Amino acid sequence: MSGPSRFRWHGFWRRTQAMLIKEFIQLKRDRVSFVMIVMVPLIQLLLFGYAINTTPRNMPTAVLLQEQTDIGRTILKAMENTQYFKVTRVVITEDEFDQLLKSGDVLFGIEIPAGFERAVRRGDKPAMLVVADATDPVAAGSALTALNQVAQIALQNERGLPMPGGPLFEFRTHARYNPAANTALNIVPGLIGTILTMTMLIFTALSVTREIERGTMESLLAMPITPFEIMLGKIIPYILVGFLQAAIIVAIGILLFGVPIFGSLLLLAALSTLFITANLAIGYTFSTIAQNQLQAMQMSIMFFLPNILLSGFMFPFAGMPKWAQYIGECLPLTHYMRIVRAIMLKGAVLSDLRYDTLALFALMLVAMAIAIKRFRRTLD
Amino acid sequence: MNADAETVIDVEGLTKSFDGRVVVRDLSMKVKRGTICGFLGPNGSGKTTTIRMLCGLLTPDSGHGTTLGFDILTQADEIKRQVGYMTQKFSLYQDLTVRENLELVARIYGVDNPRKAAQDMVQRLGLHGREDQLAGELSGGWKQRLALGACTLPNPKLLLLDEPTAGVDPKARRDFWNEIHAMAADGLTVLVSTHYMDEAERCHEIAYIAYGELLAHGTVDEVIDASKLKTYTVTGDNLTELSGKLMGKPGVDMVAPFGTSLHVSGRDHAALDTTIRPYREDAALHWHESEPSLEDVFIELMSRAKDNFQKEPAPQKETTL
Ligand SMILES: Nc1ncnc2c1ncn2[C@@H]1O[C@H](COP(=O)(O)OP(=O)(O)OP(=O)(O)O)[C@@H](O)[C@H]1O
Ligand SMILES: [Mg+2]
Repeated sequence: MSGPSRFRWHGFWRRTQAMLIKEFIQLKRDRVSFVMIVMVPLIQLLLFGYAINTTPRNMPTAVLLQEQTDIGRTILKAMENTQYFKVTRVVITEDEFDQLLKSGDVLFGIEIPAGFERAVRRGDKPAMLVVADATDPVAAGSALTALNQVAQIALQNERGLPMPGGPLFEFRTHARYNPAANTALNIVPGLIGTILTMTMLIFTALSVTREIERGTMESLLAMPITPFEIMLGKIIPYILVGFLQAAIIVAIGILLFGVPIFGSLLLLAALSTLFITANLAIGYTFSTIAQNQLQAMQMSIMFFLPNILLSGFMFPFAGMPKWAQYIGECLPLTHYMRIVRAIMLKGAVLSDLRYDTLALFALMLVAMAIAIKRFRRTLD
Repeated sequence: MNADAETVIDVEGLTKSFDGRVVVRDLSMKVKRGTICGFLGPNGSGKTTTIRMLCGLLTPDSGHGTTLGFDILTQADEIKRQVGYMTQKFSLYQDLTVRENLELVARIYGVDNPRKAAQDMVQRLGLHGREDQLAGELSGGWKQRLALGACTLPNPKLLLLDEPTAGVDPKARRDFWNEIHAMAADGLTVLVSTHYMDEAERCHEIAYIAYGELLAHGTVDEVIDASKLKTYTVTGDNLTELSGKLMGKPGVDMVAPFGTSLHVSGRDHAALDTTIRPYREDAALHWHESEPSLEDVFIELMSRAKDNFQKEPAPQKETTL
């Protein structure tokens, strides 16, 4: 390129800092962006949050009754008391039962098998089958979680039953149609990733094209600052922004929706930073390729869609065709989704997440390399 | 310093085209240290394009040369550190304040104590009281002054100014030129494009470009002499009528009204004199031979270049047929 120049690295941090300060000031003055940083995660989470909170109430439930007993009725009553289930249909044949679930008339089906009461009285711990339509995993998940409680307390006040340590029967739950995504807890981790992907892409995708359209690029290019310094100066401020957003989402997730964090919060923060940086680098790359702001926007959306669809956020990753999985592996959200779920819900540690961490790192480096290569140093 | 370092701009055969259209053609130019070189030419003649090539912002299609001794093709980084470039269109950050813009520049160039450097520049520009105003909210003239301040702040060795005084009031323009001369006296070299004749005359030397070709380069006197133009100033009645009669006649290259008088110029002195002889006897008109003005020379150069430019495609067509 431009020959051996010693000045390249001399003053590197100083120039990057100059760029950083400038970007921070511009961000501070740009009210719309500033509002977006805080409002987007809030609104999205609350929208989804309402879905989590309000729909799982009085969900239509069919009962396949193969014997009429007091114990059966007591258990159904206890289930209705959770307010998740509302028995709307009682049927006696398996066909009717399946048909109701398939048509979506009911979201749950409960099957009380013949000889259930006898088995309970004998202390056999029989199983009661609960079938859930899990196309809406949010709705199904929280209801199924509540069943554990029901099994514990439903028969507390019945007399003449054996007293073993533990529940007298169990629920066998079966999620139909969407068996993998069967917990509401998946939503919040998934949302962290999608919200971050969207906002980070948009912030940097416009950064270079905006300077070209406003004409400020001519001044900037005439000054002794390198493409790498410009890139860092434009990415670093948004790492903090992304971090702030992630913090808002996690805080709401914990406070409002009771999402647990079994793993280390520190690890989550560190890997989130990596994910944020990877997305910023990709957005920045778009802005070095696009001719104008509109194109940059379109590229971001084109990139955002497969992230949503193929990352395991919408559909279970393992259930996708092989080719879709290969594409999914190239998207940062796929890896982040695994990381967040594993840390929050399974308490994973860094060594469990080696592969996904490295993949995020690699994606980030590739994006940065393309951005540096594509950055036009002249006005040609 | 050796003799070579005294030639700050030294380029040869620069050519640049956009979308197959040649915008700058075979341009060669030398500018010595401490010189203020005025860069003139009609709109779209390639001034901005040339300036951008000189500071490494555009890559010439062919040609080569150096700016401050650094190769314009391979050493753009070195050039940028020592050149202050003021763009034609305001290109500082509109959403940053005056002070923030200046501090940004100071930091990028590695000026010691950017805060103080910016504050000093605010004082020098007479912008105190406005340092916390957004650059986008400044009036046109103040924007120009800020832009000039930003490009002189890092103490460059060469200033490339693209129409720095467009839209600036006369008093500010005079201040600007006094400042430029003071800096040139300290060894700063300046290439400044302008459309104002009075500014051209304030330059040590001028370069005139039209349709991408450098047509004249030298001191004002040299350029006027080189034009070989003979000019008569006519005063009297019915000058408009006279102008109509003379236009396009043999030897008359240019007829242009100047206030209450008329300038009649031509390069072929004999033909010009023959053509005007009958009118000289008209008692209502008063003729006297005068020094052609810079403007006469430029307009004549431009119309000649235009003729060449329009004729040019013809021979090309014949060769392709
Ligand atoms: N990036 C570009 N792409 C295409 N054409 C261009 C580009 N830049 C300049 N031109 C064309 O090159 C020609 C010369 O432009 P340039 O800006 O160098 O002229 P100029 O002498 O500075 O004119 P002015 O006095 O109006 O500023 C113009 O016809 C212009 O349309
Ligand atoms: Mg121009």
